[in-house]
Amino acid sequence: MTDILRSKIILIYTLILLIATFCVFGLEDNASKGILSVLNIILIVLPLFSIIFSTIYIYNSSEFIELLVSQPLQRKTIWLSFLIGLAIALSLSFIIGVGIPILLFQLNIIGFLIIFVGVVLSIIFVSIALLAAVQIRDKAKGIGIAILLWIYFSILFDGLVLFLLFQFADYPLEKPMLLVSALNPIDLARILLLLQLDVSAMMGYTGAIFKDFFGTVTGLIISCFVLMLWSAIPMYLSVIKFNKKDL
Amino acid sequence: MIIASSVTKQFGKLKALNNVSLKCRQGECISLIGPNGSGKTTLIKCILGMVIPNSGFITFNNKNIAKDWLYRDEIGYMPQIGRYPENMTIGQLLAMMKDIRNTGIHEVDEDLIQAFQLTGMLNKRMRTLSGGTTQKVSAALAFLFNPSVLILDEPTAGLDPISSEILKEKIIAEKQKGKLILITSHILSDLNDLVSEVIYMQDGNLLFHKSIDQLRTDTGEEKLTKAIASVMIKGNL
Repeated sequence: MTDILRSKIILIYTLILLIATFCVFGLEDNASKGILSVLNIILIVLPLFSIIFSTIYIYNSSEFIELLVSQPLQRKTIWLSFLIGLAIALSLSFIIGVGIPILLFQLNIIGFLIIFVGVVLSIIFVSIALLAAVQIRDKAKGIGIAILLWIYFSILFDGLVLFLLFQFADYPLEKPMLLVSALNPIDLARILLLLQLDVSAMMGYTGAIFKDFFGTVTGLIISCFVLMLWSAIPMYLSVIKFNKKDL
Repeated sequence: MIIASSVTKQFGKLKALNNVSLKCRQGECISLIGPNGSGKTTLIKCILGMVIPNSGFITFNNKNIAKDWLYRDEIGYMPQIGRYPENMTIGQLLAMMKDIRNTGIHEVDEDLIQAFQLTGMLNKRMRTLSGGTTQKVSAALAFLFNPSVLILDEPTAGLDPISSEILKEKIIAEKQKGKLILITSHILSDLNDLVSEVIYMQDGNLLFHKSIDQLRTDTGEEKLTKAIASVMIKGNL
Protein backbone atom coordinates (compact mmCIF):
# COMPACT_ATOMS: atom_id res chain seq x y z
CA MET A 1 0.00 0.00 0.00
CA THR A 2 3.00 2.27 -0.06
CA ASP A 3 2.00 3.43 -3.52
CA ILE A 4 -0.83 5.46 -1.98
CA LEU A 5 1.60 7.33 0.22
CA ARG A 6 3.88 7.89 -2.73
CA SER A 7 1.07 9.35 -4.73
CA LYS A 8 1.64 13.00 -5.51
CA ILE A 9 -1.97 13.93 -4.96
CA ILE A 10 -1.88 12.80 -1.35
CA LEU A 11 1.25 14.88 -0.79
CA ILE A 12 -0.40 17.92 -2.34
CA TYR A 13 -3.48 17.37 -0.20
CA THR A 14 -1.33 17.27 2.92
CA LEU A 15 0.51 20.40 1.91
CA ILE A 16 -2.69 22.30 1.16
CA LEU A 17 -4.17 21.30 4.50
CA LEU A 18 -0.99 22.34 6.23
CA ILE A 19 -0.80 25.73 4.52
CA ALA A 20 -4.50 26.41 5.02
CA THR A 21 -4.38 25.60 8.69
CA PHE A 22 -1.29 27.70 9.32
CA CYS A 23 -2.80 30.61 7.39
CA VAL A 24 -6.01 30.45 9.39
CA PHE A 25 -4.17 30.42 12.67
CA GLY A 26 -1.90 33.19 11.48
CA LEU A 27 -4.80 35.42 10.39
CA GLU A 28 -6.88 35.09 13.52
CA ASP A 29 -5.50 36.68 16.63
CA ASN A 30 -7.62 34.40 18.77
CA ALA A 31 -6.77 30.71 18.53
CA SER A 32 -10.27 29.55 19.32
CA LYS A 33 -11.64 31.67 16.46
CA GLY A 34 -9.00 30.06 14.28
CA ILE A 35 -10.13 26.64 15.30
CA LEU A 36 -13.64 27.50 14.17
CA SER A 37 -12.36 28.23 10.67
CA VAL A 38 -10.27 25.07 10.68
CA LEU A 39 -13.44 23.21 11.56
CA ASN A 40 -15.03 24.39 8.35
CA ILE A 41 -12.07 23.08 6.37
CA ILE A 42 -12.37 19.74 8.10
CA LEU A 43 -16.08 19.43 7.58
CA ILE A 44 -16.12 20.37 3.90
CA VAL A 45 -12.77 19.56 2.35
CA LEU A 46 -11.91 16.39 4.20
CA PRO A 47 -15.04 14.36 3.32
CA LEU A 48 -14.90 15.60 -0.27
CA PHE A 49 -11.29 14.65 -0.74
CA SER A 50 -11.57 11.33 1.08
CA ILE A 51 -14.57 10.13 -0.86
CA ILE A 52 -13.35 11.19 -4.30
CA PHE A 53 -9.76 10.08 -3.87
CA SER A 54 -10.83 6.67 -2.58
CA THR A 55 -13.36 6.07 -5.34
CA ILE A 56 -10.90 7.01 -8.07
CA TYR A 57 -8.18 4.94 -6.44
CA ILE A 58 -10.38 1.84 -6.34
CA TYR A 59 -11.43 2.25 -9.95
CA ASN A 60 -7.84 2.72 -11.05
CA SER A 61 -6.81 -0.39 -9.16
CA SER A 62 -9.44 -2.55 -10.82
CA GLU A 63 -6.78 -4.49 -12.75
CA PHE A 64 -4.78 -4.97 -9.62
CA ILE A 65 -7.82 -6.24 -7.73
CA GLU A 66 -8.58 -8.60 -10.59
CA LEU A 67 -5.06 -9.94 -10.45
CA LEU A 68 -5.16 -10.43 -6.69
CA VAL A 69 -8.51 -12.20 -6.77
CA SER A 70 -7.10 -14.92 -9.05
CA GLN A 71 -4.34 -15.54 -6.50
CA PRO A 72 -4.57 -17.60 -3.30
CA LEU A 73 -5.85 -14.73 -1.20
CA GLN A 74 -9.11 -14.32 0.61
CA ARG A 75 -11.34 -11.66 -0.89
CA LYS A 76 -12.04 -10.15 2.49
CA THR A 77 -8.31 -9.67 3.07
CA ILE A 78 -7.83 -7.99 -0.30
CA TRP A 79 -10.70 -5.57 0.23
CA LEU A 80 -9.85 -4.72 3.82
CA SER A 81 -6.22 -4.09 2.98
CA PHE A 82 -7.33 -1.58 0.33
CA LEU A 83 -9.59 0.04 2.88
CA ILE A 84 -6.97 0.13 5.61
CA GLY A 85 -4.33 1.42 3.20
CA LEU A 86 -6.55 4.29 2.08
CA ALA A 87 -7.71 5.08 5.60
CA ILE A 88 -4.16 5.17 6.93
CA ALA A 89 -2.91 7.35 4.09
CA LEU A 90 -5.74 9.86 4.38
CA SER A 91 -5.63 9.94 8.18
CA LEU A 92 -1.88 10.46 8.11
CA SER A 93 -2.13 13.40 5.78
CA PHE A 94 -4.87 14.84 7.97
CA ILE A 95 -2.78 14.42 11.10
CA ILE A 96 0.22 16.02 9.44
CA GLY A 97 -1.74 18.72 7.65
CA VAL A 98 -4.17 19.77 10.36
CA GLY A 99 -3.22 17.88 13.49
CA ILE A 100 0.26 19.32 13.90
CA PRO A 101 -0.74 23.00 13.55
CA ILE A 102 -3.68 22.48 15.89
CA LEU A 103 -1.47 20.93 18.49
CA LEU A 104 0.95 23.84 18.11
CA PHE A 105 -1.74 26.47 18.63
CA GLN A 106 -4.31 24.68 20.72
CA LEU A 107 -2.78 21.97 22.82
CA ASN A 108 -5.82 20.88 24.81
CA ILE A 109 -8.68 18.44 24.87
CA ILE A 110 -10.51 20.25 22.04
CA GLY A 111 -7.47 19.92 19.80
CA PHE A 112 -7.33 16.20 20.37
CA LEU A 113 -11.06 15.87 19.85
CA ILE A 114 -10.77 17.62 16.50
CA ILE A 115 -8.01 15.30 15.41
CA PHE A 116 -10.01 12.29 16.51
CA VAL A 117 -13.12 13.46 14.68
CA GLY A 118 -11.10 14.22 11.53
CA VAL A 119 -9.54 10.76 11.48
CA VAL A 120 -12.92 9.10 12.03
CA LEU A 121 -14.49 11.23 9.29
CA SER A 122 -11.70 10.18 6.89
CA ILE A 123 -12.37 6.52 7.66
CA ILE A 124 -16.13 7.00 7.30
CA PHE A 125 -15.81 8.56 3.87
CA VAL A 126 -13.28 5.99 2.71
CA SER A 127 -15.73 3.23 3.58
CA ILE A 128 -18.65 5.04 1.97
CA ALA A 129 -16.51 5.49 -1.15
CA LEU A 130 -15.62 1.80 -1.22
CA LEU A 131 -19.26 0.87 -0.90
CA ALA A 132 -20.08 3.11 -3.86
CA ALA A 133 -17.17 1.74 -5.88
CA VAL A 134 -18.06 -1.90 -5.27
CA GLN A 135 -21.69 -1.31 -6.11
CA ILE A 136 -21.20 0.48 -9.42
CA ARG A 137 -19.17 -0.98 -12.26
CA ASP A 138 -18.88 2.09 -14.40
CA LYS A 139 -16.10 4.44 -13.38
CA ALA A 140 -17.70 7.74 -14.41
CA LYS A 141 -20.99 6.79 -12.79
CA GLY A 142 -19.22 5.68 -9.62
CA ILE A 143 -17.31 8.94 -9.24
CA GLY A 144 -20.51 10.85 -9.96
CA ILE A 145 -22.31 8.97 -7.22
CA ALA A 146 -19.44 9.68 -4.83
CA ILE A 147 -19.73 13.42 -5.51
CA LEU A 148 -23.52 13.25 -5.13
CA LEU A 149 -23.12 11.49 -1.80
CA TRP A 150 -20.80 14.24 -0.62
CA ILE A 151 -23.26 16.94 -1.75
CA TYR A 152 -26.02 15.10 0.06
CA PHE A 153 -24.12 14.77 3.30
CA SER A 154 -22.66 18.25 3.43
CA ILE A 155 -25.32 20.41 1.75
CA LEU A 156 -28.61 18.71 0.94
CA PHE A 157 -29.04 17.08 4.30
CA ASP A 158 -28.92 20.42 6.11
CA GLY A 159 -31.45 21.82 3.67
CA LEU A 160 -33.78 18.91 4.30
CA VAL A 161 -33.46 19.32 8.03
CA LEU A 162 -34.21 23.05 7.79
CA PHE A 163 -37.21 22.31 5.60
CA LEU A 164 -38.55 19.81 8.10
CA LEU A 165 -37.95 22.23 10.94
CA PHE A 166 -40.02 24.91 9.22
CA GLN A 167 -42.78 22.52 8.27
CA PHE A 168 -43.15 21.19 11.78
CA ALA A 169 -42.29 24.38 13.62
CA ASP A 170 -45.38 24.01 15.82
CA TYR A 171 -44.20 20.77 17.35
CA PRO A 172 -41.46 20.23 19.90
CA LEU A 173 -38.70 18.96 17.64
CA GLU A 174 -35.68 19.20 19.88
CA LYS A 175 -35.53 15.54 20.85
CA PRO A 176 -36.15 14.16 17.33
CA MET A 177 -33.46 16.56 16.10
CA LEU A 178 -30.94 14.65 18.15
CA LEU A 179 -31.86 11.48 16.26
CA VAL A 180 -31.86 13.21 12.91
CA SER A 181 -28.38 14.58 13.48
CA ALA A 182 -27.14 11.02 13.98
CA LEU A 183 -28.18 10.28 10.39
CA ASN A 184 -25.37 12.41 9.00
CA PRO A 185 -21.79 11.91 10.17
CA ILE A 186 -20.76 15.43 9.10
CA ASP A 187 -23.56 17.03 11.11
CA LEU A 188 -22.81 14.88 14.07
CA ALA A 189 -19.16 15.83 13.94
CA ARG A 190 -20.01 19.50 13.56
CA ILE A 191 -22.37 19.57 16.54
CA LEU A 192 -19.98 17.54 18.60
CA LEU A 193 -17.13 19.97 18.00
CA LEU A 194 -19.13 23.22 18.11
CA LEU A 195 -20.46 22.34 21.52
CA GLN A 196 -16.95 21.91 22.82
CA LEU A 197 -16.11 25.38 21.53
CA ASP A 198 -18.63 27.28 23.65
CA VAL A 199 -20.27 28.92 20.68
CA SER A 200 -23.37 26.82 21.25
CA ALA A 201 -24.95 29.76 23.03
CA MET A 202 -25.66 31.14 19.55
CA MET A 203 -27.67 28.08 18.64
CA GLY A 204 -30.76 29.03 20.67
CA TYR A 205 -33.08 26.65 22.39
CA THR A 206 -32.17 23.63 20.26
CA GLY A 207 -28.59 24.40 21.08
CA ALA A 208 -29.40 24.15 24.74
CA ILE A 209 -30.95 20.73 24.25
CA PHE A 210 -27.90 19.67 22.26
CA LYS A 211 -25.69 20.97 24.98
CA ASP A 212 -27.66 18.93 27.47
CA PHE A 213 -27.02 15.83 25.43
CA PHE A 214 -23.67 16.25 23.70
CA GLY A 215 -22.15 18.24 26.52
CA THR A 216 -22.32 15.29 28.86
CA VAL A 217 -19.85 12.49 28.86
CA THR A 218 -22.55 9.96 27.98
CA GLY A 219 -23.58 12.09 25.02
CA LEU A 220 -19.98 12.36 23.90
CA ILE A 221 -19.50 8.63 24.11
CA ILE A 222 -22.77 7.87 22.34
CA SER A 223 -22.01 10.26 19.50
CA CYS A 224 -18.51 8.85 19.11
CA PHE A 225 -20.09 5.43 19.01
CA VAL A 226 -22.51 6.54 16.31
CA LEU A 227 -19.56 7.87 14.30
CA MET A 228 -17.86 4.48 14.64
CA LEU A 229 -21.05 2.83 13.40
CA TRP A 230 -20.94 5.16 10.40
CA SER A 231 -17.54 3.80 9.46
CA ALA A 232 -18.26 0.16 10.33
CA ILE A 233 -21.58 -0.31 8.54
CA PRO A 234 -20.52 0.79 5.02
CA MET A 235 -17.28 -1.14 5.52
CA TYR A 236 -19.17 -4.30 6.42
CA LEU A 237 -21.65 -3.90 3.55
CA SER A 238 -18.87 -3.30 1.04
CA VAL A 239 -17.02 -6.45 2.16
CA ILE A 240 -20.21 -8.50 1.69
CA LYS A 241 -20.77 -6.96 -1.74
CA PHE A 242 -17.17 -7.54 -2.77
CA ASN A 243 -17.35 -11.18 -1.72
CA LYS A 244 -20.17 -11.70 -4.19
CA LYS A 245 -18.84 -9.54 -6.98
CA ASP A 246 -18.00 -10.95 -10.41
CA LEU A 247 -14.72 -9.73 -11.79
CA MET B 1 -9.45 -33.01 -9.49
CA ILE B 2 -11.85 -30.30 -10.59
CA ILE B 3 -15.52 -31.23 -10.56
CA ALA B 4 -18.23 -28.78 -11.52
CA SER B 5 -21.81 -29.80 -10.94
CA SER B 6 -24.69 -28.05 -12.66
CA VAL B 7 -23.08 -24.62 -12.61
CA THR B 8 -25.36 -21.85 -13.84
CA LYS B 9 -24.39 -18.23 -14.25
CA GLN B 10 -26.59 -15.47 -15.49
CA PHE B 11 -25.53 -11.95 -16.45
CA GLY B 12 -28.80 -10.05 -16.55
CA LYS B 13 -30.90 -11.81 -19.16
CA LEU B 14 -27.96 -13.60 -20.73
CA LYS B 15 -27.34 -17.14 -19.56
CA ALA B 16 -23.57 -17.41 -19.74
CA LEU B 17 -23.49 -20.90 -18.27
CA ASN B 18 -26.44 -23.23 -18.29
CA ASN B 19 -26.26 -26.25 -16.03
CA VAL B 20 -22.65 -27.09 -16.87
CA SER B 21 -21.14 -30.16 -15.25
CA LEU B 22 -17.67 -31.49 -15.90
CA LYS B 23 -14.91 -33.57 -14.43
CA CYS B 24 -11.22 -32.94 -14.93
CA ARG B 25 -8.64 -35.44 -13.76
CA GLN B 26 -4.95 -35.15 -13.08
CA GLY B 27 -2.77 -35.60 -16.15
CA GLU B 28 -5.38 -34.60 -18.68
CA CYS B 29 -4.94 -31.89 -21.22
CA ILE B 30 -8.38 -30.51 -21.95
CA SER B 31 -9.24 -28.02 -24.60
CA LEU B 32 -12.32 -25.88 -24.24
CA ILE B 33 -13.67 -25.14 -27.67
CA GLY B 34 -16.68 -23.15 -28.73
CA PRO B 35 -17.74 -20.05 -30.65
CA ASN B 36 -17.27 -16.56 -29.19
CA GLY B 37 -19.52 -15.90 -26.25
CA SER B 38 -20.18 -19.56 -25.57
CA GLY B 39 -19.18 -19.24 -21.91
CA LYS B 40 -15.63 -20.60 -21.98
CA THR B 41 -14.04 -17.71 -20.14
CA THR B 42 -16.94 -17.51 -17.69
CA LEU B 43 -16.46 -21.20 -16.88
CA ILE B 44 -12.74 -20.61 -16.28
CA LYS B 45 -13.47 -17.59 -14.10
CA CYS B 46 -15.95 -19.68 -12.11
CA ILE B 47 -13.26 -22.28 -11.49
CA LEU B 48 -10.92 -19.52 -10.33
CA GLY B 49 -13.56 -18.04 -8.07
CA MET B 50 -13.53 -14.73 -9.93
CA VAL B 51 -17.14 -15.17 -11.00
CA ILE B 52 -19.56 -16.59 -8.50
CA PRO B 53 -22.14 -18.98 -9.99
CA ASN B 54 -25.85 -18.41 -9.39
CA SER B 55 -26.37 -22.07 -8.67
CA GLY B 56 -24.36 -25.27 -8.66
CA PHE B 57 -20.95 -25.72 -7.12
CA ILE B 58 -17.36 -26.49 -8.05
CA THR B 59 -14.99 -28.66 -6.06
CA PHE B 60 -11.22 -28.72 -6.26
CA ASN B 61 -9.61 -31.83 -4.78
CA ASN B 62 -12.97 -32.62 -3.16
CA LYS B 63 -13.19 -29.25 -1.46
CA ASN B 64 -15.90 -26.77 -2.34
CA ILE B 65 -14.19 -23.67 -3.71
CA ALA B 66 -16.88 -21.28 -2.49
CA LYS B 67 -15.43 -21.18 1.01
CA ASP B 68 -11.85 -21.98 0.20
CA TRP B 69 -9.25 -19.75 -1.36
CA LEU B 70 -5.99 -21.57 -0.76
CA TYR B 71 -6.73 -23.96 -3.63
CA ARG B 72 -5.72 -21.16 -6.00
CA ASP B 73 -2.17 -21.82 -4.86
CA GLU B 74 -2.30 -24.92 -7.07
CA ILE B 75 -3.48 -23.06 -10.14
CA GLY B 76 -1.52 -21.10 -12.68
CA TYR B 77 -3.85 -18.85 -14.64
CA MET B 78 -3.09 -17.05 -17.84
CA PRO B 79 -5.93 -14.64 -18.67
CA GLN B 80 -7.12 -13.87 -22.16
CA ILE B 81 -6.38 -10.18 -21.73
CA GLY B 82 -3.81 -9.68 -19.01
CA ARG B 83 -4.54 -6.53 -17.04
CA TYR B 84 -1.86 -5.48 -14.60
CA PRO B 85 -1.21 -2.43 -12.44
CA GLU B 86 0.10 0.08 -14.93
CA ASN B 87 2.68 1.73 -12.73
CA MET B 88 4.44 -1.47 -11.77
CA THR B 89 7.53 -2.67 -13.54
CA ILE B 90 7.81 -6.29 -14.66
CA GLY B 91 10.35 -6.88 -11.90
CA GLN B 92 8.08 -5.43 -9.22
CA LEU B 93 5.18 -7.50 -10.49
CA LEU B 94 7.21 -10.70 -10.35
CA ALA B 95 8.49 -9.86 -6.88
CA MET B 96 4.99 -9.12 -5.66
CA MET B 97 3.61 -12.39 -7.01
CA LYS B 98 6.44 -14.30 -5.39
CA ASP B 99 5.61 -12.52 -2.17
CA ILE B 100 1.92 -13.46 -2.39
CA ARG B 101 2.62 -17.05 -3.30
CA ASN B 102 5.03 -17.50 -0.41
CA THR B 103 7.53 -19.44 -2.43
CA GLY B 104 8.88 -21.61 0.29
CA ILE B 105 6.66 -24.46 -0.85
CA HIS B 106 7.06 -24.22 -4.59
CA GLU B 107 10.20 -24.10 -6.59
CA VAL B 108 10.16 -21.14 -8.87
CA ASP B 109 10.13 -22.06 -12.53
CA GLU B 110 11.71 -19.22 -14.46
CA ASP B 111 12.12 -21.06 -17.78
CA LEU B 112 9.63 -18.87 -19.59
CA ILE B 113 11.10 -15.65 -18.23
CA GLN B 114 14.41 -16.72 -19.72
CA ALA B 115 12.93 -18.06 -22.94
CA PHE B 116 10.90 -14.92 -23.59
CA GLN B 117 13.92 -12.75 -22.72
CA LEU B 118 11.97 -10.86 -20.11
CA THR B 119 15.04 -10.57 -17.89
CA GLY B 120 16.27 -7.66 -19.97
CA MET B 121 13.03 -5.75 -19.49
CA LEU B 122 12.53 -6.03 -15.75
CA ASN B 123 12.55 -2.25 -15.36
CA LYS B 124 9.89 -1.59 -17.96
CA ARG B 125 6.54 -0.44 -16.69
CA MET B 126 3.50 -2.55 -17.53
CA ARG B 127 1.85 0.47 -19.18
CA THR B 128 4.54 0.67 -21.81
CA LEU B 129 4.41 -2.97 -22.87
CA SER B 130 2.93 -4.13 -26.16
CA GLY B 131 0.04 -6.58 -26.17
CA GLY B 132 2.33 -9.46 -27.04
CA THR B 133 4.83 -8.69 -24.29
CA THR B 134 2.03 -8.41 -21.73
CA GLN B 135 0.88 -11.82 -22.93
CA LYS B 136 4.40 -13.15 -22.38
CA VAL B 137 4.37 -11.79 -18.83
CA SER B 138 1.00 -13.47 -18.24
CA ALA B 139 2.38 -16.77 -19.49
CA ALA B 140 5.53 -16.48 -17.39
CA LEU B 141 3.42 -15.74 -14.30
CA ALA B 142 1.13 -18.72 -14.92
CA PHE B 143 4.06 -21.13 -15.06
CA LEU B 144 6.19 -19.38 -12.42
CA PHE B 145 5.09 -21.34 -9.37
CA ASN B 146 5.07 -24.81 -10.85
CA PRO B 147 1.34 -25.25 -10.20
CA SER B 148 -0.33 -28.61 -10.59
CA VAL B 149 -3.14 -27.12 -12.65
CA LEU B 150 -2.65 -24.75 -15.56
CA ILE B 151 -5.55 -22.76 -16.90
CA LEU B 152 -4.70 -21.00 -20.11
CA ASP B 153 -7.23 -18.72 -21.76
CA GLU B 154 -6.22 -18.15 -25.40
CA PRO B 155 -2.52 -18.56 -24.63
CA THR B 156 -1.19 -18.04 -28.12
CA ALA B 157 -3.34 -15.07 -29.13
CA GLY B 158 -1.12 -12.09 -29.82
CA LEU B 159 2.15 -13.98 -29.57
CA ASP B 160 4.58 -14.08 -32.46
CA PRO B 161 5.22 -17.51 -34.06
CA ILE B 162 8.52 -18.07 -32.24
CA SER B 163 7.14 -17.22 -28.83
CA SER B 164 4.00 -19.23 -29.37
CA GLU B 165 6.19 -22.19 -30.32
CA ILE B 166 8.20 -21.73 -27.09
CA LEU B 167 4.96 -21.63 -25.12
CA LYS B 168 3.62 -24.76 -26.83
CA GLU B 169 6.79 -26.66 -26.04
CA LYS B 170 6.52 -25.54 -22.45
CA ILE B 171 2.90 -26.73 -22.27
CA ILE B 172 3.87 -30.13 -23.68
CA ALA B 173 6.72 -30.39 -21.15
CA GLU B 174 4.35 -29.61 -18.28
CA LYS B 175 1.79 -32.05 -19.63
CA GLN B 176 4.39 -34.79 -19.51
CA LYS B 177 4.92 -34.04 -15.83
CA GLY B 178 1.33 -35.17 -15.31
CA LYS B 179 -0.29 -31.80 -14.75
CA LEU B 180 -3.88 -30.95 -15.48
CA ILE B 181 -4.02 -28.42 -18.28
CA LEU B 182 -7.11 -26.53 -19.41
CA ILE B 183 -6.75 -24.58 -22.65
CA THR B 184 -9.16 -22.50 -24.63
CA SER B 185 -8.15 -21.53 -28.11
CA HIS B 186 -9.65 -20.69 -31.43
CA ILE B 187 -6.52 -21.66 -33.26
CA LEU B 188 -7.27 -25.36 -33.46
CA SER B 189 -4.03 -26.22 -35.22
CA ASP B 190 -2.23 -25.10 -32.06
CA LEU B 191 -4.06 -27.73 -30.11
CA ASN B 192 -3.51 -30.66 -32.48
CA ASP B 193 -0.56 -32.27 -30.76
CA LEU B 194 -1.44 -31.06 -27.26
CA VAL B 195 -4.85 -32.12 -26.12
CA SER B 196 -6.15 -35.42 -24.86
CA GLU B 197 -9.75 -34.34 -24.20
CA VAL B 198 -12.13 -31.93 -25.87
CA ILE B 199 -14.97 -29.99 -24.30
CA TYR B 200 -17.28 -28.29 -26.75
CA MET B 201 -19.48 -25.45 -25.55
CA GLN B 202 -22.20 -23.48 -27.26
CA ASP B 203 -24.48 -20.75 -25.86
CA GLY B 204 -23.57 -21.62 -22.30
CA ASN B 205 -24.29 -25.30 -22.73
CA LEU B 206 -21.69 -28.00 -22.56
CA LEU B 207 -22.43 -30.03 -25.68
CA PHE B 208 -19.93 -32.82 -25.20
CA HIS B 209 -16.84 -33.86 -23.30
CA LYS B 210 -14.95 -36.59 -25.14
CA SER B 211 -11.46 -37.91 -25.35
CA ILE B 212 -9.69 -37.09 -28.56
CA ASP B 213 -9.70 -40.74 -29.73
CA GLN B 214 -13.42 -40.96 -29.15
CA LEU B 215 -13.90 -37.79 -31.15
CA ARG B 216 -11.80 -39.18 -33.98
CA THR B 217 -13.80 -42.38 -34.21
CA ASP B 218 -17.12 -40.51 -33.92
CA THR B 219 -16.37 -38.06 -36.68
CA GLY B 220 -14.12 -40.25 -38.78
CA GLU B 221 -11.58 -37.42 -39.08
CA GLU B 222 -7.95 -37.82 -38.13
CA LYS B 223 -7.12 -34.15 -37.51
CA LEU B 224 -8.63 -32.23 -34.59
CA THR B 225 -9.25 -29.27 -36.87
CA LYS B 226 -11.38 -31.29 -39.22
CA ALA B 227 -13.10 -33.22 -36.46
CA ILE B 228 -14.22 -30.01 -34.77
CA ALA B 229 -15.22 -28.47 -38.07
CA SER B 230 -17.47 -31.44 -38.77
CA VAL B 231 -18.99 -31.10 -35.28
CA MET B 232 -19.63 -27.40 -35.84
CA ILE B 233 -21.37 -28.05 -39.12
CA LYS B 234 -23.51 -30.77 -37.59
CA GLY B 235 -24.27 -28.52 -34.65
CA ASN B 236 -25.60 -25.86 -36.95
CA LEU B 237 -27.92 -28.20 -38.76
